[in-house]
Amino acid sequence: MTIVAFYVFAAITVVASLLVVGQRNPMYSVMLLIVSFGGLAGLYILLDSPFTAVTQIIIYAGAIMVLFLFVVMLLNVPREEPAPSTVAGMLGPTGLKIGAVLSLLLAAEIVWALSNIGVARFGAEGAAVSSVARIGAVLFTDHAFAFEVTSILILVSMIGAVVLARRES
Amino acid sequence: MTVSPTLVAHFGLIFVVFNLLVLSAAFMVWMERKVCAYIQDRVGPNRVGAEGWLQPFADVIKLLFKEELRPKAADALLFAIAPVISATAAFAAFSVVPFGTETTLFGLLDEPIPLQVTDVNVAVLVIFAITSMGVYGIVLAGWSSNSKYSLLGGLRSAAQMISYELSYGLALAAVIMLAGSMSLRQIVLDQSGYWWGFIPKWYLFLQPLGFLIYMIAGVAETNRAPFDFPEAEQELVAGYHTEYSSMSFALFFLAEYVNMVTVSAVATSLYLGGWLGPFLPDWLAWVWFIVKVFLLLFFYVWMRWTLPRYRYDQLMEFGWKWLLPAAVVNLLATAGLVVWLG
Amino acid sequence: MVPLNYFLILSGILFAIGTAGVFLRRNLITVLLSIEIMLNAVNLTFVSVGRFRGTVDGQIITFFVMTVAAAEAAVGLALVIALFRHRETLVPDAFTALKW
Repeated sequence: MTIVAFYVFAAITVVASLLVVGQRNPMYSVMLLIVSFGGLAGLYILLDSPFTAVTQIIIYAGAIMVLFLFVVMLLNVPREEPAPSTVAGMLGPTGLKIGAVLSLLLAAEIVWALSNIGVARFGAEGAAVSSVARIGAVLFTDHAFAFEVTSILILVSMIGAVVLARRES
Repeated sequence: MTVSPTLVAHFGLIFVVFNLLVLSAAFMVWMERKVCAYIQDRVGPNRVGAEGWLQPFADVIKLLFKEELRPKAADALLFAIAPVISATAAFAAFSVVPFGTETTLFGLLDEPIPLQVTDVNVAVLVIFAITSMGVYGIVLAGWSSNSKYSLLGGLRSAAQMISYELSYGLALAAVIMLAGSMSLRQIVLDQSGYWWGFIPKWYLFLQPLGFLIYMIAGVAETNRAPFDFPEAEQELVAGYHTEYSSMSFALFFLAEYVNMVTVSAVATSLYLGGWLGPFLPDWLAWVWFIVKVFLLLFFYVWMRWTLPRYRYDQLMEFGWKWLLPAAVVNLLATAGLVVWLG
Repeated sequence: MVPLNYFLILSGILFAIGTAGVFLRRNLITVLLSIEIMLNAVNLTFVSVGRFRGTVDGQIITFFVMTVAAAEAAVGLALVIALFRHRETLVPDAFTALKW
């Protein structure tokens, strides 16, 4: 039962991600990425992490992707990309081919490496911890410093975004 | 998987909840038209059925038989999918709302089932997540129609929903802190009992500011007056659904009303003690739930026909400069209270 | 329980798809989206290994990655808007000057 669910969610995630990369309309790319995040949220539920699954939807699909959508709508990004210019033009399709081959190589290498490592090196399989209270306790004690630093990061990026996107008058 | 009575009961529950939501949306349309008519010293619909209560059904039949129009320059796929996303998100959010005590359906079942579609331990976050998905229907409708009014409506709705979602989330967080649980059933049960024998232990009395923030943000999330900018008639024709007709328009219409029902139902569970109430026996507890939800829905309608629309910059200013700080203060005060009282 | 390797291989495939997007696409927004795919592939690894070890650390790191991704998207998109204002295009190759 779970293995079927795994394959379904994995297929949704992989196909949607492939289409994000594979087609030219940025609007469709954003929407397909949301579908892919939905598949990932399903996988997180299979991993007994409902909290992460829900935050995935809230933060990624609900906030970050709306930001992308907003920018795509605001700029009215052209549907078809213009013909390659300068650097890519010089490389032509060869540049693209090299890129494709490189990423295929990367995929093959990662899959090969992962299928060869023994699972045993991660230690014995533990029981599921899905309690939100437990996550909160660990987050605010062991990782309190990182948590505080994150708030500074957000502040800095907020100021940065405002300064960058401001219209010079 | 064997077919047990419990399984059948669960599917039956899903069926009943879905249809009740559709019916309550129809009832809301009728109630809205009636209330607005009386506010404006008119009579309102009174031809179809007694007091016009069949009017929403007549409207649906009319919409079903209308021609489905699509602008030539529209993005066909997204244009078709947008109302579906809107309606799905609206219905899905209700799935974690409890509306009654556990029941065995008068002894038909071996073990009692709770009166709610599903009880998950992160229910409040699930509602928040699904609400944040609802914005896509509106934004996509606005973009794919390829019309400037629709696009403006879509952009406004994206900005508005993101701004008010923060206050909405912070108001929810304060309740989670008080209850120490994210399951809505647990939160409702936590509100049982009375102070001094007569004041019910609703979170409304512990979280008056939180309730206010939740309701304001809820109205903004459902794009209702005085925050109905995505479809502001006087400026944007009909905003994001300017180009929609027939059933796809009906889906948006349905989504708007179901969203209101969901926001009211969640407010009832979080602040008004859900199905808890005096006088009625346990198996009739859901009556209290419906009464409370419809009081809030009446409030929605009342507000729409009484208050004028804000200006768009006022909306943004209010959301970021007043509502959000208030929500933060409320959260901090609640945290202090919880720590102080243990 | 689905074996850990399945999740790891899936996350490897997702990461490779993200890399391919960065290599192959000539639209800044799609490139940013591909980076999000790569971040999510890494998240999946964290959560699956954390689940397998029975700790919440994987979920907590994911939480931080999401926060960083949100910050990255905000700044990245602000850059995209600023660049689009200057050149009216989103092709990365158009931005070859160091200063304008």
